[in-house]
Amino acid sequence: MTELPLPVKAAKVNARNVQVYYGQNHAIKDVNIDIPSESVTAFIGPSGCGKSTFLRCLNRMNDTIVGCRVEGRIEIDGEDIYDRRVDPVQLRAKVGMVFQKPNPFPKSIYDNVAYGPKIHGLTRTKAELDEVVEQSLHKAALWNEVKDRLAAPGTGLSGGQQQRLCIARAIATSPEVLLMDEPCSALDPIATAQVEELISELRNQYTVIIVTHSMQQAARVSQRTAMFHMGIVVEEGPTDKMFTNPDDRRTQDYITGRFG
Amino acid sequence: MPVAHTVSAYDDELRWLVRRLSEMGGIGEGMVADSVQALVNADMALAQRVISEDLLLDVAEREIYDRAVLIIAKRQPMAQDLREIIGSIRIASDLERVGDLGKNIAKRVIAVHTMAQPKKLVRGLEHLAELALTQLKEVLDAFATRSPELATSIRERDEEIDAIYTSLFRELLTYMMEDPRNITACTHLLFCAKNIERIGDHATNIAETVYYVATGDQMSSDRPKDDDTANVIATSPGD
Ligand SMILES: Nc1ncnc2c1ncn2[C@@H]1O[C@H](COP(=O)(O)OP(=O)(O)OP(=O)(O)O)[C@@H](O)[C@H]1O
Ligand SMILES: [Mg+2]
Repeated sequence: MTELPLPVKAAKVNARNVQVYYGQNHAIKDVNIDIPSESVTAFIGPSGCGKSTFLRCLNRMNDTIVGCRVEGRIEIDGEDIYDRRVDPVQLRAKVGMVFQKPNPFPKSIYDNVAYGPKIHGLTRTKAELDEVVEQSLHKAALWNEVKDRLAAPGTGLSGGQQQRLCIARAIATSPEVLLMDEPCSALDPIATAQVEELISELRNQYTVIIVTHSMQQAARVSQRTAMFHMGIVVEEGPTDKMFTNPDDRRTQDYITGRFG
Repeated sequence: MPVAHTVSAYDDELRWLVRRLSEMGGIGEGMVADSVQALVNADMALAQRVISEDLLLDVAEREIYDRAVLIIAKRQPMAQDLREIIGSIRIASDLERVGDLGKNIAKRVIAVHTMAQPKKLVRGLEHLAELALTQLKEVLDAFATRSPELATSIRERDEEIDAIYTSLFRELLTYMMEDPRNITACTHLLFCAKNIERIGDHATNIAETVYYVATGDQMSSDRPKDDDTANVIATSPGD
């Protein structure tokens, strides 16, 4: 049996003995992890190791995948998010997500961002909503590029712009937990820096979990890092240690570019 | 080095650093040994050769710096690799200093030979140099094998060098007091001894770097003391 990690002080998310199956495929194997609040946690690991799958467990996005089964216990603020009484839609307002592939709604740029605040009734007036939209687009480093065409369809933006639009959409509801699955994979270095700046700003209030294939990005933005490999968390700890002197051979090989 | 990198050119670059460093180590060792031989045998030609060899170490150190910076920029190394590269930069500068100290001994050969040296002093100096050279050789082995155990034992042995240096210091002081005509040569010998003691210190620095590269941790800080000569007072031979 694997040893349980010590409870981290002020853990926002606690995952215990989490298993995920896609039909016969056992994609997440007995994952235990505590994610502290007001900090950035990075998930790293080779492609197909289960990072996105585990991330999707945290806002019950896997519920929407046919044949996907989640076991174990996941708590946010001490509450079991898989409890029957939890409304997944409400949960996703609290636990926002930026997906690996940009997926703007087939709506205007404005409506993409305004959608969340509207359905959750977070604003009272049009002016307030305008303000939230503008702020969110600013934070996502997209405002200057779209301010003159807010009515244009979000799907008409470039790949990198769509990704930033999805970031703006995710932060518009001020989620307590923000899950970001490779948010910078389609961004140029300037937009990447802006998103990283946003992440470090968000960390003052929120819990951010970021999946990234850039070791430098993980090292730059996160305080804790978890290394996934073949569905298990092989090592988890302070980012500084993970990138200078990791304990696990697989972490060492992965971050130094030695994985075959 | 453990498993090969997926990008093989990266391994080539790291291997280049290691190779260049061991070349530097070889040159440094040779310079120290030759400078002491030149001193003992009053061999001006050998001293001259040592002086000219110093350039090789300066060039090598700069090359290692340049390559290391390039690797960092290109590969963005992590963990062991990063420690390896930073370690190479540090070791290169220690070895460059070793070369400087050897050169400095060689430069003093002429001045020292204005006087006939007592056998005992020369033997003391040779012994000191042997110890420092052993430290240097072994620390280069420790680097080649990334052995934290060897690195630890090397640092511990530095005390021995310091003790011999302190006793040599006392002896030189005594000679100077016996006959003021000895002062010039003895002062140069004193600097030579100090240089050799410093070479031992650089071997210790390298040992600490090797330990860090190999383990990711710093060696514990309770490092053996420095030389004791700060407390040595001249007492006239009659006392
Ligand atoms: N919707 C799905 N249906 C069936 N199997 C899936 C699904 N999504 C993921 N898997 C499987 O689960 C495993 C983990 O995939 P996951 O997408 O979580 O990996 P990842 O770590 O995010 O990889 P990447 O870095 O490439 O995004 C893989 O074997 C994958 O084939
Ligand atoms: Mg993924």
